[in-house]
Amino acid sequence: MTAFLLAAAGFVLAMVAAGLVRVLRGPGDADRLMAAQLLGSGGIAALLLGGAAIGDGSVVDVSLTLALLAAFASVAFVKFAPSGDSP
Amino acid sequence: MTALLDVFTYVAVGTGAFFFLAGTVGLLRFPDALTRLHALTKADNLGLGLVVFGLLPQVDGFANGLKLVVIWLLVMLSSADAGQLIARAERRARRRDD
Amino acid sequence: MIELFYAAPALLILALGVYATFARDAFAACAGYLAYGLLLTVAWVQLGGVDVALTEAAIGGGLTGVLLVRACAKLPAKDSGLRADGAGAPIRWLAALAAIGVSTALAYAVLALPVPAATLAPEALANLAATGVGNPITAVLLAYRAMDTMLEAIVLLLALIGIWSLAPDRAWGGRPGPGYEADPHGILAFIARVLPPIGLVVGIYIFWVGADQPGGKFQGATIVAAMWLLTMMAGLTDAPPVSRRLLRLLLVSGPLVFVAIGAYGAFAAGAFLGYPEGLAKPLIIVIEIALMPSLALTLALMLAGAPQRSAAT
Repeated sequence: MTAFLLAAAGFVLAMVAAGLVRVLRGPGDADRLMAAQLLGSGGIAALLLGGAAIGDGSVVDVSLTLALLAAFASVAFVKFAPSGDSP
Repeated sequence: MTALLDVFTYVAVGTGAFFFLAGTVGLLRFPDALTRLHALTKADNLGLGLVVFGLLPQVDGFANGLKLVVIWLLVMLSSADAGQLIARAERRARRRDD
Repeated sequence: MIELFYAAPALLILALGVYATFARDAFAACAGYLAYGLLLTVAWVQLGGVDVALTEAAIGGGLTGVLLVRACAKLPAKDSGLRADGAGAPIRWLAALAAIGVSTALAYAVLALPVPAATLAPEALANLAATGVGNPITAVLLAYRAMDTMLEAIVLLLALIGIWSLAPDRAWGGRPGPGYEADPHGILAFIARVLPPIGLVVGIYIFWVGADQPGGKFQGATIVAAMWLLTMMAGLTDAPPVSRRLLRLLLVSGPLVFVAIGAYGAFAAGAFLGYPEGLAKPLIIVIEIALMPSLALTLALMLAGAPQRSAAT
């Protein structure tokens, strides 16, 4: 079980990392922001899986904080993107 | 009973990981920003949701399980919201370019 | 696949660092920095530093990324003639060499440490019972090295004063930031109504749980600050004018309480910030309860920026 959860965590991380290519290529600001958001969700999933594998319950708090701050950062990025105005 | 729960975890987490794969493939291969956004939100909702459900049998204590579900609901809420905001900004940017 | 879990963040952090440094577009660099912060959080968890991971998620992922993107939004557009060309090539090379030199020296210093590294961690853990808290990080921050935490809080206040001093004359003492407006029935207003109550509860929870588990006032205060900023960005609330007395009182109350408890310690326990026998946990709780609102206010106001509107509006 531990090995499976850690492997799943590694897989999810690798997946969202591949999505980071979008940050590189763009072509728009929205694409870059979406790649960062995918990384956020994937990071949360990977942390939850890793925490469950190690058996450390406090990692869930890190995921909780990440979820809130990623929401805040996404909203702020859309608002302050050079092409966007306040919706 | 534990064996059944373990199988549930394997299946749920595996499917969740698959949806992350689908989300990434969509983000990389779909033709424009709005379709990529659609793929992204699938990874957020389904991928994370299935991972959370798969982990629920493995946590000890009701509070930890509740935290997991709250995380999933929060991510769904914020990704839906951010998705709308991104889509509107994208549409405005397109209207400006035309 | 398991090795991927450990190797992927390390490689990605390097790649993102390179990208964020060399990216042509400032916004792309900010997005890269946001991703970098998220990956650093994962790396910290892998290293076992869950407290640091919490702080990285809160500050590195959220607040600093938003700070950078706001600064990026204030830069003049690329194709306008207003952008200076920046530092010339020799200065950039000098800067790069200096950075590489410092990093190499640091790497060498870390690698040259004796293998069972000299550390005070066993003594810190052994004396944990005297401090009354269960989390060794909290014990270090608020008992063994409380002086550092107090000075940090004061430094944050000084930084805030520095930011306020950037206000133009007509806006002196006024409200930070432009007044944001958003459709009150729109999506932004929706999430600014739904998320902050949840965030407030989570922030206070993380603050409270820091006594015995990873957490603490700094991470909790950051979450609360982010939630307040969210309501500001949606136009649901407005930043208060910085000349308001109550605001300034709240800002200094935290560090003042800290200093006062330190002075009391000089009286009762013979050393500034010493805790008398048995009073350690209550005093720590008082300090934390006083510091958290001040910290949240300070961080939020730092991100709200310099005053741009006069106080009369």
